[in-house]
Amino acid sequence: MAALKPSRRIHDLFTVNPRATLQLGLWVALSIVMMTVDHRYHALNGVRDVLSTAMYPVHYLARLPTDIQTWLSENLAGRAALLEENARLREKQVFLNAQLQKLTILEAENRRLRSLLESAVNTPEPVLIAELLAVDFDPYRHHILLNRGRQHGLYVGQPVLDQQGVIGQIIHTDLLTSTAILITDPNHALPIQINRTGARTLALGTGHFQELELPHIPNNEDVKVGDVLVTSGMGGRFPRGYPVGTVTRVEFDPGSPFARIVAKPVAQLDRIREVLLLENAPDASKPTAPALTGAAAAPKKP
Amino acid sequence: MTTARSTGGWVIASSFLLAFVVGSIPLPGELDRFRPDWVAMVLIYWCLALPYRFGIGTSWLVGLLVDVGRGALLGQYALAFAALAYLTVQTHRRIRVFSPWRQAFSVLVFLLIEQVLVFWISGVIGYPPRDGWYLAPAVGGMIGWPLLFIVLRDARQYFQVT
Repeated sequence: MAALKPSRRIHDLFTVNPRATLQLGLWVALSIVMMTVDHRYHALNGVRDVLSTAMYPVHYLARLPTDIQTWLSENLAGRAALLEENARLREKQVFLNAQLQKLTILEAENRRLRSLLESAVNTPEPVLIAELLAVDFDPYRHHILLNRGRQHGLYVGQPVLDQQGVIGQIIHTDLLTSTAILITDPNHALPIQINRTGARTLALGTGHFQELELPHIPNNEDVKVGDVLVTSGMGGRFPRGYPVGTVTRVEFDPGSPFARIVAKPVAQLDRIREVLLLENAPDASKPTAPALTGAAAAPKKP
Repeated sequence: MTTARSTGGWVIASSFLLAFVVGSIPLPGELDRFRPDWVAMVLIYWCLALPYRFGIGTSWLVGLLVDVGRGALLGQYALAFAALAYLTVQTHRRIRVFSPWRQAFSVLVFLLIEQVLVFWISGVIGYPPRDGWYLAPAVGGMIGWPLLFIVLRDARQYFQVT
């Protein structure tokens, strides 16, 4: 008996519970069905809505450490540092105000000229500021979660900017939160124009926060390092003329018909905290078409 | 404690909450590539400690919440966490007798499998990983495991979670 006991205990160590295997099979099957339905038919938005509302406080909690850090650095900063920052900001304010005066005149003039040419270009205004709640855990997928949702009037396809330039667009809205895809996501394409020459192309995401790829530019095209890229307004999703990036590398390969051109986004995509949402042209506000590559890249008549 | 039913559910819930919060704080510089998935590790712990209570089904639900929280496909982390729980529950008798450092190696293997599942699904929907770095969080998890184990064990004993 005494000799039996240890061997039985050893046997215990290696017991496998067959019920657990069955359970696993069932849960895995359910997951696969759910993923298929979610991915192909987007039919689980109700479930997602309920769960994401439940996760809302958790997201706020998750933001707490960063918020506390900001609060501390703002509140514990020395008087001298604050005064210095204040002076710097005031200087910037004066400078920007001066620029703004010029801009108002230019805008009025531009509108007058456009009306003479009978071309209707609406200039959309930023409508809403949203804060970043979370970044996708997956390092190859550049999606961000924002703290505004359908309730605040967000819709799929809405352009997202920060103070420097275009960030991305909304691809999914929940009641209180929404997901945006960044322009550097490998599945994103943004219709752009080289500001200096007017050449139109796409800016494809590469999965790196610092890189955009510009395909289909012929070898003889005039592109230089430092050229500014702006949105071209093709595809009807992004308004025209917003800064996207600057060209950082141009390689001409005599063997291939197109040049290899890489640009760097102007927005600091890995350091986003607050974003601006634009109200776009009316045809983009229909929240029907899925906002991925094909739709964003679909060319329209200029 | 024999007469008492399961107690201390709030300890389990708050450990997951804390893990989610800690897991979303970026680490400085290159270290961030090794940022462990604390939620998965807390899950492993509860499957080891209370396998009769915390099993595959509960893990699947946690995974579903993580899917929503991280904006993944609905079911992606649910599937991976269910597999993780399965591995842990089936081997918990052996792993429990190891010291935390030796457990860490089993944890590494489990986390690697979980990671591969998550990224395999990502690959299917058009986001294939571009290099081997996506496995780095599992290594971070292995290094962080002894710490997590000791903290959670003390919490479990202090609050008498059964």
